[in-house]
Amino acid sequence: MQIEERVDQGRRLVNLFLGTSLGALFISIFYPIVKYLSPPKLAEPTSFSVTIPWKATEVKVNSGRVFRFGSRPGLLIKTPAGELKAFSAICTHLDCTVQYREDRQVIWCACHNGVYDLNGKNISGPPPRPLDPLQVKMRGDQITVMKA
Amino acid sequence: MSVNRVVDWLEERIDLGAFRHLLQEKVVPVHHHTIWYYFGGMTLFLFVIQVVTGILLTFYYRPSAEEAYESVQFLMTEVQFGWLVRSIHSWSANLMVATMMIHLFSVYLTQAYRKPRELTWVTGMLLFAIVLTFGFSGYLLPWNVLSFFATKVGTNVAGQVPVVGHTLVRFLRGGDEVTGGTLSRFYGLHIAILPLLTTLILGLHLFLVQQQGMSVPPDVERASAQQPIRTMPFAPNFLLRDLFGWFAALGVLAALAAIYPWELGQKADPFASAPAGIRPEWYFVFMFQTLKYIPARVGPFDGEVLGVMGFGLGGLFLFLVPFLDKRAALGEPSPLFRWTGIGIILYIAVFTALGYLAPGPK
Ligand code: FES
Repeated sequence: MQIEERVDQGRRLVNLFLGTSLGALFISIFYPIVKYLSPPKLAEPTSFSVTIPWKATEVKVNSGRVFRFGSRPGLLIKTPAGELKAFSAICTHLDCTVQYREDRQVIWCACHNGVYDLNGKNISGPPPRPLDPLQVKMRGDQITVMKA
Repeated sequence: MSVNRVVDWLEERIDLGAFRHLLQEKVVPVHHHTIWYYFGGMTLFLFVIQVVTGILLTFYYRPSAEEAYESVQFLMTEVQFGWLVRSIHSWSANLMVATMMIHLFSVYLTQAYRKPRELTWVTGMLLFAIVLTFGFSGYLLPWNVLSFFATKVGTNVAGQVPVVGHTLVRFLRGGDEVTGGTLSRFYGLHIAILPLLTTLILGLHLFLVQQQGMSVPPDVERASAQQPIRTMPFAPNFLLRDLFGWFAALGVLAALAAIYPWELGQKADPFASAPAGIRPEWYFVFMFQTLKYIPARVGPFDGEVLGVMGFGLGGLFLFLVPFLDKRAALGEPSPLFRWTGIGIILYIAVFTALGYLAPGPK
């Protein structure tokens, strides 16, 4: 009786050691894999400005163009009133890149027919939020855009 | 002569009993739903075509944002029969999703998922999910405008999942944006991970089918309670019919590929607007169309979150149906599940049709 109990205890101890070391082995294998698969965070500067590669005079009234704003697209528009405005071109719905519709004078997303007005406010379709506004600065004829 | 000698030679060394049994004793029930038995095999056949053409494609394809589009273009224009291989790969992929859907829903409606075939159903649903992932990841590989935005939207949809959404998007995209990094990831997924998973789960699926034999629909079972159900031998009767179907499918594929070679479209440009008329592959259109109709906010919820959750629940329901449908397990009619299935099919059909027919935005 006594001996059996002791043997049982011994087994349990061995099982415990084996079990935990197996667990540790698995963790030491899978932890690096999971970490490997999650992409490294690239530091995006929080404040930076981009000089747009075309001149203010080249932008027609009632038109819009997508430009490179860091790693993301931005949208520069010249309203029918002649005002320059810039927004993040990323639709707040599911990430498509929006465009300026000259015929309707709105900002439009082709993916699920989302519509924004000229202040970037979502006015119809599925987008839940306005477009993120960007700040436009003029230096002579040069347009500079930065985070608002 | 020589075939027999080979068999004899083998038999002296290994036990071929299992194969013999399979070939000689496997039977297929014959009744008015027998036609549905062919769609699983058809899906398998198309999958084999995918494997063969897919391997061929890897010889020319280059998985990077700078080269992917150009390499496919080269393949389509310069490589002899490159257009054919790629077109067959794309067409066969689409046909495979179609036959798989027919297989899935015919199994559903004949309640073949009921006890004792729960695991066959579950492995089948896993395969369905894998095939959709195959489609989604493969779609991006040519790196054209349509696939670029489809991937943006598709991965962003995953981001709507509560709590883990953000991590999931970064994991899928290999970063915060859809870039060449995403392409590498999808490539690895498409040609290594998914094929491996498919092989494992498909093996299990076929093993289970083999072990349990074909399911007979409950109404047929009830109607023939007295006399045994008529059957035909699997080999050669059913197998030859299968083969006939495969030949037909091969013909259809070749015709489609030759008459409608798969288009390549425009190269993706991360700094261009999404073009008008953008739309995912047809088997995702019903979800895409739904997302268009859901308003920005429904009560306290974001519209798209609600949509994504809805589809998730629908998928989960299908996945678990053998365990939910208690009456089918007992061999009783279960109209509730039957009509739910019909409802799901109708929903998919109607929203897919709307996706193609509803007047586009002006
Ligand atoms: S992504 Fe713009 S409306 Fe859906």
